[in-house]
Amino acid sequence: MLSRFSLSGAELTDKLVSVALPVAGLLVFLLAWNLSAQRIETSLGQFPGPAEVWQQGGNLVEEHRAQREKAAAFYERQEKRNAKKLAENPDYVPRQRRYTGKPTFFDQIGTSLVTVMLGFVLAAAIAVPVGIMIGLSQSLYSAINPLIQLLKPVSPLAWLPLVTMVVSATYVSDDPTVPKSFLNSMITVMLCCIWPTIINTAVGVSGVSQDHVNVSRVLRLGPLTHVFKVVLPSALPMVFTGLRLSLGIAWMVLIAAEMLAQNPGLGKFVWDEFQNGSSNSLGRIMVAVIVIGLIGFLLDRGMLLLQRFLSWDNSAALR
Amino acid sequence: MDQPHLIIDHVSMAFDTPKGSFQALDDVHLKINKGEFVSLIGHSGCGKSTVLNIVAGLLEASTGGVVLNGREVREPGPERAVVFQNHSLFPWLTTYQNVELGVKQVFRGRKSRAEMREWIEHNLAMVHMEHALDKRPDEISGGMKQRVGIARALAMQPEVLLMDEPFGALDALTRAHLQDSLMEIHAQLNNTVIMITHDVDEAVLLSDRIVMMTNGPAATIGDVLHVDIERPRDRIALSDDPAYNGYRHDVLEFLYEKQRKVEDLGDRRRAPAASEPPPRVASAG
Repeated sequence: MLSRFSLSGAELTDKLVSVALPVAGLLVFLLAWNLSAQRIETSLGQFPGPAEVWQQGGNLVEEHRAQREKAAAFYERQEKRNAKKLAENPDYVPRQRRYTGKPTFFDQIGTSLVTVMLGFVLAAAIAVPVGIMIGLSQSLYSAINPLIQLLKPVSPLAWLPLVTMVVSATYVSDDPTVPKSFLNSMITVMLCCIWPTIINTAVGVSGVSQDHVNVSRVLRLGPLTHVFKVVLPSALPMVFTGLRLSLGIAWMVLIAAEMLAQNPGLGKFVWDEFQNGSSNSLGRIMVAVIVIGLIGFLLDRGMLLLQRFLSWDNSAALR
Repeated sequence: MDQPHLIIDHVSMAFDTPKGSFQALDDVHLKINKGEFVSLIGHSGCGKSTVLNIVAGLLEASTGGVVLNGREVREPGPERAVVFQNHSLFPWLTTYQNVELGVKQVFRGRKSRAEMREWIEHNLAMVHMEHALDKRPDEISGGMKQRVGIARALAMQPEVLLMDEPFGALDALTRAHLQDSLMEIHAQLNNTVIMITHDVDEAVLLSDRIVMMTNGPAATIGDVLHVDIERPRDRIALSDDPAYNGYRHDVLEFLYEKQRKVEDLGDRRRAPAASEPPPRVASAG
């Protein structure tokens, strides 16, 4: 029974190596970081090493907890006050005020995630149908492709002023449900991350095997059935490749967009810390950098899982 | 005999290429009766597939046309089901779903859900694939895929079954199995079949008539051989049969003496289906 769980010598070595090598890489990196950080003197003090960054990470968690406690206390006080007033005067309509504390680091992560997901979903909702259309029609492709190639390399920083002005002009409301800064960064994200999905979908669609098209013709599938039963499944691995690229770009673009649009997310956090210029700022920015990297990685893994779940071609999802 | 079932009526085909027009077929004329099994045989690049695609409606003839039951063929349709050389199953659908796609299309409104299920299972059982209903194409062997491809075509209840080298990519044993299955099915359903093959034995064993095509360009029908052997045919008994060997001899003679293929590099480059194997002469024993 036990032999099933014990590993042979070779297996054990393989396992050890597969764990040891990444750990060794990380250790070497931390060491190099630490050594070089000690030599960099900035106007905000020494460049933060790993220990300093770890400590600032702890501080940010602590601040978040403190804010949450304050908020909980605020709501408790409000409830008590309302209950008291209600006891004195049964006709009293209790007023619920929202706590208006400063957003913590973790609130800002939340905002960033919502912004990037909305921008990305919007981009995908436009890009996949457009990709299918230009993939199916060679003339449409020839007409649109130059435009795509022209717009694809445009930096988010170039789009943002335009988006800001257009949103300001068109989104006029006394009681906006979503702040303009949020719309600005979301639309910028969408404009920047839409292209890889369009291109990859189009390539996937135009690469449908001629034999499969012939089967569809012999079966006399209608145009819609043809697209949904033959073209789309066949192009799905390429569509997912596009979506993964898009999501990666969306996350990268978002940080820049938030910095400029002042949308309360991770980008704004970095910018505020930079403007703040305390001796802790660089450490806190480093924490943000690591978190940004980690979230980007997790988003990509998430897409990969989705692809494995939805796509028939599992070999493509392994890469 | 009244009007023939299927007429390939003086079909010629010219393709536009960058170097100008390429005459692939010249005046191919053939009448096929209902229930007849016809093989097309010829060297690579002689336009056999082009003939089949024109009958299928996937290509349109430059001149001439195809008439099925007195009506001209203008587009592909399930009454002329095609079995493709490389099975062409959809890899994202299971065996059952692959067959179902065609059945739903053909019998929509004519069969109930339960009847469709029964019909799909019946057709898969006919090609001995009832054990793999929920398998995806990448989970079954090449021979099994081709069986499913045949089941998909049969399940459309076609008037004419068109087979483009259906067993070309299979090993010899699997091929023999599938040939036997095909003979069984043909005896049972009496479909009209047009099959492209490179295999002389396959052609003689399965066919009522073997249509031998000349080399392209401007390929046409060189000769038609009536194979007058009683059915059911048994490959082992036939291997010693003088009549069977006589037919084999005739086909071989046509291919290697009258229409000897001179392979040169230029020829090979031009041939669209360069991957096609040369005609195969397997010994029957």
